[in-house]
Amino acid sequence: MSDLKAKLGLDVFKEDKAFPIAIKKGLERDPRLKKMVLICPAGLYGEDESGKIALSADGCLECGTCLLVCGADILDWQYPRGGAGVQFRFG
Amino acid sequence: MEQEDDSRFDAIVIGGGLAGLSAAYTLAAEGMEVLVLERGDYPGAKNVTGGRIYVSSIRELFPDLWTKAPLERFIAHEEICVMGRDSSLNVRYDGSELLREPHQSYSILRGKFDKWFARQAEHKGATIICKTRVDDIIIENGRVVGVVAAGDRLMANVVIACDGVLSFAAGKAGLNKSADSGHFAIGFKEVIEIDPAVLEDRFNLTEDEGAARLFIGDVTAGKFGGGFLYTNKSSVSLGLVLGIGALVVEEPTVQVPELLNKFKQRSEISRLIRGGKTVEYSAHMIPEGGIKAMGKLYADGILVAGDAAGFSINIGITVRGMEYAMASGYYAARAVINAKEKNDYSAATLAVYEKFLNDSFVMTDFKNFRESLDVLKYPLLYGHYPELIVGIMKDLYEMPAGPKTRIFPTVRKHLGLRELWAMVPLCRRMMKI
Repeated sequence: MSDLKAKLGLDVFKEDKAFPIAIKKGLERDPRLKKMVLICPAGLYGEDESGKIALSADGCLECGTCLLVCGADILDWQYPRGGAGVQFRFG
Repeated sequence: MEQEDDSRFDAIVIGGGLAGLSAAYTLAAEGMEVLVLERGDYPGAKNVTGGRIYVSSIRELFPDLWTKAPLERFIAHEEICVMGRDSSLNVRYDGSELLREPHQSYSILRGKFDKWFARQAEHKGATIICKTRVDDIIIENGRVVGVVAAGDRLMANVVIACDGVLSFAAGKAGLNKSADSGHFAIGFKEVIEIDPAVLEDRFNLTEDEGAARLFIGDVTAGKFGGGFLYTNKSSVSLGLVLGIGALVVEEPTVQVPELLNKFKQRSEISRLIRGGKTVEYSAHMIPEGGIKAMGKLYADGILVAGDAAGFSINIGITVRGMEYAMASGYYAARAVINAKEKNDYSAATLAVYEKFLNDSFVMTDFKNFRESLDVLKYPLLYGHYPELIVGIMKDLYEMPAGPKTRIFPTVRKHLGLRELWAMVPLCRRMMKI
């Protein structure tokens, strides 16, 4: 995990004031979200002892996999505003 | 407050990726007023590829583009690696035709290429505005007439949605493609910088030559997908592609990003990237469902191209997308040019876009490879067979302390009747691609 954080640290990110992806209230234990703990390529989804899933904002690669897996009924999902978020230099 | 701009563009292109830039380049070359809106800091900032573009099919669509294009290396050596848990078998193909110009494929980094391509489109007269996210499309009387971006209402005769795999714009116009997770893959990679001389030495390359390697088997922990390695000018792109459907149905036993670390630590790989420095980690979703996953391509006042339309397909030996993106952007532009001549931007007139695609390699490929994704979703291909193959090789090469078994019984031990019989349905599947 710490290795993943280091890798994400190599990327250029431009901050958005509000992170544009959020788990809808009351749906934090949905099984689809749990899958993202293993699938998210940036490792942004984590589960606490109570089985609640939380999403950390730093390092989103904007791939959209969580939107596909969870759907818009669980996630409020938007791209960051123009000029914000990850800026791939190599891609 | 939303303000309406007086000027009306011939076309507004959403997204400065390969589809969008191809459309803009083609339209601007014909003197059309075209605006590209790109949410990244620069075209390419949000774009990711595994790393290889096949130029042969699109060379003629952009005849002036290729001689100066900042491509990385032409692919001169093809290699497939079947990976078991702790052993592997490599098959390398070298052919003199791969060394001859014009070269059929190149490694590519999109940050570099798209930025350059955008400049070429600007030279033709296209306007490209970056750092601008399109928030909505404007629909009046059932037809798309513009977009909303940064609070402005921007009007156009046609909107071309090239906003990538998630394509919110196409969805808002009712042109949804499949949302079945089985039709998508997740690709993620590292770009690892290596001194060019070292790289050429390790991969046995002369100056501009490049190598492409694919990996199947243990590299995806038995899941549907594979690994890839492409040599760039002074780096390698090393990554994995995994079908999302399989990850959702049966959970992976490790974190998906951890698979890439394991891949890097394999002795076959670690010696190739030794001393290299990772400079970027990226991920992207790939629509790989082909024709079965595509939505409608046009409606009144709007066309969809590139990943947004699902123009990407897994054909087994590679996942292709960039050529289809560029070709679909080109044909979308031709359809807009045709519509302007008729001064009619209705769906009936824009339908010529689909005809252009049907008459081209794009839809021909998509029809021919209709079944490829379903055929390839065969779990034995990613676990059992790779282990079987390396198991045979291990026993063939082994010289035991005692007597050595004859070759035929050695192979036969692995390929019993039951095993061979089980391959019949696989062969039947394979005949479809």
